[in-house]
Amino acid sequence: MIELLSKAYDYIQHNQSRFWEAVGTHLRISLTALALAIIICLPLGIWISRHPQAARYIINLVGVARVIPSIAILFLLVPTLGFGEPTALVALVVLAGPPILINTDAGMRGLNPAVREAGRGMGMSPTQLLTRVELPLALPVIIAGIRTAAVEVIASATIAYLIGIGGLGYFIFAGLPLSRYDLLLVGAIPVAILAFTAELLLSAVQRSFRYQ
Amino acid sequence: MAAQIAEQTKVEPKVADDAAIVFEDVVKDFPGAARPAVNHVSLSVKRGHLVILLGPSGCGKTTLMKMVNRLHEMTSGYIYIEGTPIYALKLEALRRQIGYVIQDVGLFPHMRVEKNIAVVPNLLGWDKPRIDARIDELLKLVGLPPEEYRRRYPRQLSGGQQQRVGIARAMAADPATLLMDEPFAAIDSITRTRLQDELLRIQHTVRKTILFVTHDVEEALRLADEIVIMQNGEVVQYDTPLNILTRPANQFVSQLVGAEDVLRRLSLLAVKDLLEPLTSQAAANHALSIGIGDNLRHALGLIMSSGSDALRVVDEAGNPRGQMTLTALRQLTSDHPNTLLPPDGATT
Repeated sequence: MIELLSKAYDYIQHNQSRFWEAVGTHLRISLTALALAIIICLPLGIWISRHPQAARYIINLVGVARVIPSIAILFLLVPTLGFGEPTALVALVVLAGPPILINTDAGMRGLNPAVREAGRGMGMSPTQLLTRVELPLALPVIIAGIRTAAVEVIASATIAYLIGIGGLGYFIFAGLPLSRYDLLLVGAIPVAILAFTAELLLSAVQRSFRYQ
Repeated sequence: MAAQIAEQTKVEPKVADDAAIVFEDVVKDFPGAARPAVNHVSLSVKRGHLVILLGPSGCGKTTLMKMVNRLHEMTSGYIYIEGTPIYALKLEALRRQIGYVIQDVGLFPHMRVEKNIAVVPNLLGWDKPRIDARIDELLKLVGLPPEEYRRRYPRQLSGGQQQRVGIARAMAADPATLLMDEPFAAIDSITRTRLQDELLRIQHTVRKTILFVTHDVEEALRLADEIVIMQNGEVVQYDTPLNILTRPANQFVSQLVGAEDVLRRLSLLAVKDLLEPLTSQAAANHALSIGIGDNLRHALGLIMSSGSDALRVVDEAGNPRGQMTLTALRQLTSDHPNTLLPPDGATT
């Protein structure tokens, strides 16, 4: 194991530019997918929290989409979107969206009704109530959803390599057929570190928003 | 209905000068309900008075109150605030000029005390120095030293302290009118009594028009200038606490306030209700005196133990204010209070 690790380290030392480029691509794909998921699912989550009827259908639908393996989505999309970033992003957004959507819905519905009534009674407009009271209070739950999504996206972004985008998946999928486990580790360990860092960062952010 | 309410934006003020809140033939129908929640209610709240809406749950008291700041929209009728029909104002503007206190306090947990109090002044666009000064002023008014409490979060306060902040927040932009929806219902009884005293003290200095909902009869009798008793969406009696206890309009009111229990009735009334000028020598010379705010049950006990049939009444500072006599107590506790109360004791 030590030997494998040192071989992996040597590989990185000798292929620095390739390695860092892969890390960069991996991060860029992951963050873009996460941002897209937030842009789509945060407003949708707020909306369904106010429309419980629609919420049931949408959450079920999302639950179904979630169980389709990302790799399957990837190849299902290739005929229409082709090989390229959009395909990878769609697959990753489908993965990242559900936890954000479900947590936004839960966070908004979990608010103390007294707080809403106080805000309305004091003369806040619906937008003021949302931005000054509802969102800040729902934020810990929403961030928990983003945290789950971030970890899943970073781990799954490895498959982007399969449609020719690069990222840390390159080392994993290159090492596998050659039984080059050192190469596999060059991909796997940074992915784990990135996912773990995202988890730590976002749980720190989440804690800083806990008020009660 | 929509047309009628839209038309109200043009209605000229046509209410009495001293009336701060006026309900005119107000009806609220909830869809699917068998009877209206509020059924043709007309009443007028005098400026600077603390008026309590009292009744069992489902009587329409909360609905009636929440139509004032349009948390419920009335089905028909008119409500005026300071002479202006409420539908003549923009919804948010209306609410910002009415202080609102609710049972569950509803402090914003992510905001410090100071920011909670500053909510409405911020909405109204006050400048920072003015808001800052106002926060300190209000915290002092509700008995929370600003230097100690300004920077706290609501979770760092006890329930009673939270509701003090709730009251300060409602008064932040100095509204002429306050709506209070069972503000002390969720607070333990010792703290509740203290908060009631505080509210009376605050009200004594600020003289707001307060519409206060409760189902707690004792709270109503302690705090109210006038009490509105409601049943099935209608006003059964609108009168002073004294008159409600001594001349209940009907069996329902009598039972609700427990008017038939003499000792209870005495414990709910204050010496000031029976205050008369010092005439009796006994009272003038007698050592036994009683505070003007004490209850009549306590007064009865003093009379019994003193052997005299009158007590000297003094104010908080100990200055003599008058006397109260056993004769007056007898009248009050007689089995037929309606026939014995002097006619000039009646108010609207």
